[in-house]
Amino acid sequence: MTPISRRVPWTLIVFLIAMIVPWLGSRYDTFLATQIAISGLFAVSLNLLLGTTGLVSFGHVAYFGIGAYVCGILMKTYAVPFSLALPAAAVGAAFASLVFGFFCVRLTRIYFAMLSLAFSQIVWAIAFKWNEVTGGDQGLPDVPYPDLDWMTSIPLFGDFGIADQFYVLTLVVVILCLAAMQRIVGSPFGRMLTTIRENPERASAIGVDVRSYQLAAFVVAGGFAGIAGALFGIFNRGVFADYVYWPKSAEVMIMTILGGIQHFWGPVVGAATLVVLNQEITSYTEYWSFVLGAILLVLLFIFPGGIVGGLSAGWAWLRRRRKDTVRAEVKSA
Amino acid sequence: MGDASFLLTQFFGGLTTAMFLFLIASGLSLVFGVLRVLNFAHGSFYMLGAYLAWQGVQWLTPLLGNFWLAALMAALVVAVLGGLVERLLLRHMYGKDELYQLLLTYALVLILGDSAKAIWGTQQLSVSRPDLLDGGIQMFGSVLPIYNIFIMWAGVVIAVGGWLVLARSSAGRLVRAAALDREMLGALGANVGALYTGVFMASSFLAGLSGALVTPIESIVPGMDVEVIVEAFIVVVIGGLGSFWGTFWGSLIYGQVLSFGILILPSFSLFSVFALMAVILVVRPWGLFGKPLR
Repeated sequence: MTPISRRVPWTLIVFLIAMIVPWLGSRYDTFLATQIAISGLFAVSLNLLLGTTGLVSFGHVAYFGIGAYVCGILMKTYAVPFSLALPAAAVGAAFASLVFGFFCVRLTRIYFAMLSLAFSQIVWAIAFKWNEVTGGDQGLPDVPYPDLDWMTSIPLFGDFGIADQFYVLTLVVVILCLAAMQRIVGSPFGRMLTTIRENPERASAIGVDVRSYQLAAFVVAGGFAGIAGALFGIFNRGVFADYVYWPKSAEVMIMTILGGIQHFWGPVVGAATLVVLNQEITSYTEYWSFVLGAILLVLLFIFPGGIVGGLSAGWAWLRRRRKDTVRAEVKSA
Repeated sequence: MGDASFLLTQFFGGLTTAMFLFLIASGLSLVFGVLRVLNFAHGSFYMLGAYLAWQGVQWLTPLLGNFWLAALMAALVVAVLGGLVERLLLRHMYGKDELYQLLLTYALVLILGDSAKAIWGTQQLSVSRPDLLDGGIQMFGSVLPIYNIFIMWAGVVIAVGGWLVLARSSAGRLVRAAALDREMLGALGANVGALYTGVFMASSFLAGLSGALVTPIESIVPGMDVEVIVEAFIVVVIGGLGSFWGTFWGSLIYGQVLSFGILILPSFSLFSVFALMAVILVVRPWGLFGKPLR
């Protein structure tokens, strides 16, 4: 019997709940929800490496940034429509991850982390200095919104502003990507990635080409990160070199681990928690980094499984206790 | 542009950068070599050293020779802080996934960075050069600040001193043994825990000292921690993480590539050092002078 959690169509439920936001929530809620959706996609794409394949990529932000720049440059400088710029961003980011990943997967453990970090810093250096194309340290402001006026002709969507329309678009794109990634994780290919995470030596001993699988995972993760970056560039009304600076890689890693890397939806939970916390805390104090560091310490020392990991461990503990009490009652009877 | 004095100026500029980075990167490399931890917080210790030196100079202004005293005190305070970090936090992460070690040191970056902001504010701070080393000397038709020459020699002194300690003293022998095989060393009766604390404190001391020594030539700003750790990181990757002389040569190469990279590719000098690092990671991930990890 499959456990209940497997039979629930989580993706559909999340989509339907998230879809209500523009009607029930304020503009601020829509703003937050857009950010959560994009960060969630980014974090899940990282988890494809971190949780599923066991690759510690400390430079995932490079592909997010490349996606953002490709989409931003195409839409702003060349007036390419969004429907072409978004796939181009995904392809661009995937191509970059193919080139960089080719070298990264040749290294193991800590060296993999370092080389991925080095490549992301190369991307940053280019973005920061190549004024003609990326705008250099000024960035690429005023990336236009895609043309979403057609949405007004759909019933119930008539009075949506551009922010609401973009949220709907973002949500559809993100949910499709998440569904695709969930299929990938559950496919034989995804199972093989998990096998490689658990024991790369044994996997290669039974004839699996470990590097090719890792590279494939790297490319897929990079492509989805590129989509997240493209959406974020539009959402944030501009693309800046800051997106690619190394602390951002740490940030998305914290999101992923905060949610829990053992569960597919963990990173989304982590992204939502961190985005909401960030908004709440920065309204009280400017020392958000301090709070984030403290959260990270608590996470590392007390809940290494993250929020979802902690919850499911608690749930398992409750069920065991119930079983035990039932067993004790049966015995005493 | 191609005349000799100009090239020499570039060369000495690169040399100063190199020796500075060596002061910082040697500690980073030492911790990686012995503890096998890539310590992102090393840059934060450097930043704290700078702020503490500034604070010390403020407090000690009436006294004579205050800069040197302030620098030494700053480095010692940072060393104690490093010892606490190792004992209370890092110790629990040995043997765990390197992801958790990386994130622990990153948590420290976040916390220390904001703490410094809370204590010293966000405006630029600066320390004037000590009188003893003020001014410059004429050399090959250009002026070389005496303080920069001092930094170069400080780097050389630390390099030779560090090498003597590692190669000749009994403590150095233990450190080298721990880098090779910590379990065996523990089984032989050495106190590996105390050794780790000592190594981490020494590394923090070096970070704090280099932070303090940089104050007369660079202003102290928030964000210097994140910036410097990337540079130190490049240096140790080029030379070989955990390799002492590798770090030395790595910083020399870094300094010259940066210094002459500006001449060849003006806007891409940053790019040239990152590219160099990537090439080395691809070809020899353990660096030019390092040994592969088992």
